[in-house]
Amino acid sequence: MLGKLDWSAIPFDQPIPLVAGAVVLVAILGVLGWVVVKGHLPYLWHEWITSVDHKRIGVMYILLASVMLLRGGSDAIMMRIQQAMAYQSQGYLPPEHYNQIFSAHGTIMIFFVAMPFVIGLMNLVVPLQLGVRDVAFPTLNSVGFWLTATGALLVNISLVVGEFARTGWLAFPPLSELSYSPGVGVDYYAWSLQISGVGTLVAGINLVTTVLKLRTKGMNYLRMPMFCWTTLASNLLIVAAFPILTATLAMLLLDRYLGFHFFTNEAGGNVMMFMNLIWAWGHPEVYILVLPAFGIFSEVVSTFSGKALFGYRSMVLATMAICVISFMVWLHHFFTMGAGPDVNAIFGIASMIIAVPTGVKIYNWLFTMYGGRIRFATPMLWSVGFMVTFIIGGLTGVLLAVPPADFMLHNSMFLVAHFHNVIIGGVLFGAFAGFEYWFPKAFGFRLDERWGKAAFWFTLTGFFVTFMPLYVAGMLGMTRRMQHYDIAAWRPWMIIAAFGMAVLTIGVICQIVQLVVSIRNREALRDRTGDPWDGRSLEWATSSPPPVFNFAFNPDVRGEDAYWDMKAHAKQQSLAHETPDYQDIEMPRNSPTGFVCAFFATIMGFALIWHIWWMVILGGLGAWATFVVFAWRDHDEYVIPAEEVARIDRSNIEERRSLVSMAGTV
Amino acid sequence: MAMTSTAGHAHADPHHIGLVIEHPGPAPKRIVTAYGFWIFLLSDIVMFSCFFAAYAVLSGQTAGGPKGSEIFEQRNVAIETVCLLFSSFTCGMASIAADMRNRFWFYLAMSVTCVLGLIFLVIEFREFADLVARGYGPSRSAFLTAFFSLVGCHGLHVSAGVLWLLTMMAQVFAKGFRADILRRMTCFALFWHALDIIWVAVFSVVYLLGSAP
Repeated sequence: MLGKLDWSAIPFDQPIPLVAGAVVLVAILGVLGWVVVKGHLPYLWHEWITSVDHKRIGVMYILLASVMLLRGGSDAIMMRIQQAMAYQSQGYLPPEHYNQIFSAHGTIMIFFVAMPFVIGLMNLVVPLQLGVRDVAFPTLNSVGFWLTATGALLVNISLVVGEFARTGWLAFPPLSELSYSPGVGVDYYAWSLQISGVGTLVAGINLVTTVLKLRTKGMNYLRMPMFCWTTLASNLLIVAAFPILTATLAMLLLDRYLGFHFFTNEAGGNVMMFMNLIWAWGHPEVYILVLPAFGIFSEVVSTFSGKALFGYRSMVLATMAICVISFMVWLHHFFTMGAGPDVNAIFGIASMIIAVPTGVKIYNWLFTMYGGRIRFATPMLWSVGFMVTFIIGGLTGVLLAVPPADFMLHNSMFLVAHFHNVIIGGVLFGAFAGFEYWFPKAFGFRLDERWGKAAFWFTLTGFFVTFMPLYVAGMLGMTRRMQHYDIAAWRPWMIIAAFGMAVLTIGVICQIVQLVVSIRNREALRDRTGDPWDGRSLEWATSSPPPVFNFAFNPDVRGEDAYWDMKAHAKQQSLAHETPDYQDIEMPRNSPTGFVCAFFATIMGFALIWHIWWMVILGGLGAWATFVVFAWRDHDEYVIPAEEVARIDRSNIEERRSLVSMAGTV
Repeated sequence: MAMTSTAGHAHADPHHIGLVIEHPGPAPKRIVTAYGFWIFLLSDIVMFSCFFAAYAVLSGQTAGGPKGSEIFEQRNVAIETVCLLFSSFTCGMASIAADMRNRFWFYLAMSVTCVLGLIFLVIEFREFADLVARGYGPSRSAFLTAFFSLVGCHGLHVSAGVLWLLTMMAQVFAKGFRADILRRMTCFALFWHALDIIWVAVFSVVYLLGSAP
């Protein structure tokens, strides 16, 4: 009846996951209870859960990422404590639990923190920057988000029901094959990634189509803000790379469920084929994450330097070059496979070449700052912190791209330090910069600067104290993923790293406090003009938060930095006081399709993991029926009458006039 | 300061290299939908390419089991190919009929497409069932694993296509040739033709190359 599922799946003998699970459950039930008691449920359902508004979906993506950041961060804290303790001892985490933690940490941080964070920011900002009313496929956008949430939910369920993979975040066979991992851990891993992968693919298709086909009048390619370019590049990579992940995990699942022989040791299976396939997705994946971050830094640096981005065209070229070359370097993840000196040399050189466009970008940001009137607001601090940190991570990356050096450092703590250096220093700092920068746009008030700056300094310091020692430990020969060790020389570095982790944690706490303090003081921090930073691109041309239709009129773009241009012209013409001719606006209706679909996907995923076949069929039928019902709808749009548009728009225009009269005087 | 830095960037083409053609604004829905679906098809083709790559890597790994030339029946494959290629033609006819708003020809062409698709599926299913019955299932060897996965993945797509085709006919029956139904019809046609292209690759890589002794 319930397949492999019975009471032995609940780890009653292990207090840590049980307590953690109980705390999470109480928190979820508490929030839900509060929502129901306070009567917010209808609001939540109509305005958020069923929303197809790209801004709301973007916010929900970021919320999901933030919650999962706390989960992944807890895993990180546990690992740092374990390695600080486990010198000539077992530490406090048994090996099978420690293995689950490092696997879950990597999986969560990449798929359920970094991905939703950048996709959320792209969702929130790109349609606004392009001057359009929504993404190309609003309902699909909602489906994509909720499928990502399904994946995250399944990973968290594994905490208390069954186990998570003990294979590392990429589940290399033959370890991940049925003969070596007979439990449900790898199945949790694979199905949650399959389901959220569909969501990511949908988001990618949506954003590519949005950028290529939905731009406002006059928004030529070479007038798009840099963030739109990096979004385009990143989502092209999603469309080209995520199907590879889907296919690879499908092969692994066929091996596990139906006795196929793609990657087994028997009957001619080929383990190294898995390495090639997974990294053919995996390397583009890191650029999927970091390219949008580069876009955020470009926006932030140019805004807070009060200058147009230096070398805009070279930046576009560098972005697209990275987009292409990122598909030609995957083999550097396994130089030690033994492909021979020629192959390794080619991929080593390609890996060094990809550092060149990245270097171009760094110089462009520096030259954008040069001669500018720089305001060191929190987003700018994250950007400068990124430049310093990311250069170190980039340099160690170029070092690892040298095959002979890689043979020494492969799978060492040096590697761990390197990729945290680029992912934290690049992606996470970028996500935080974007969070601080666009928060006023999303919610209509700014975040508290003092707590923001405290969060930045603690995080930056904490990062260096945590990860620089790992470089040293790697040089001393310490390999990654060690549950315990006997080498005295490594110990001090592990203790310093654990201390750094504490500082990092203070940074995260500062960020939470910042959010709470800002919400409390929201009236004082209110942004009435819609342009709190003296911005340059179109998202600042509408109110904060923007009306559901974003713009009362499709903006007419005449050059780069569209909004800066408009402000300049408006000042010259002292903002002509003509009454605009408002018209009715058609907007897509909200739809529960995404949520219902994800509900059935969750059931199906869970049933597949536990081999509950009747439930699989039920979930599959439900998801299919949802789509047919959706396809049968007769009205998918509603009309906002012109008077309503006029009323909403006028109130913002008044605020904005007072701003424009001051603009350009600085 | 701010004003002067703006001046140099007012033009999209500061070096006046070429004529700037103003972007006319968002594309119409028909274009956006078909374009988005094209992107999806490209991603689907990338997924197939992984299974092709796996087949190329594993096709020699027979582990003492049969080789391709011992199990492929060229007559069956020929019938399958004719069915699928001809169904692409009838699917095209259905698209034209939809454009002409001609229900009779639309239903006829879609029905023929459906029947051809079903014949293809039946032949493929019998081929698979026969192989499994002879003990040559996908667990027999890595070669058979790759073969069943690649060809089966295409077969699953055709099955999904047939389901979609029936839904499309029901939608036209219930709602007529509405703009949104026609957009879906465009996507369906793209999907069906793309499956044909993939079959051409399957036919060449698996059956033609694999038939060599």
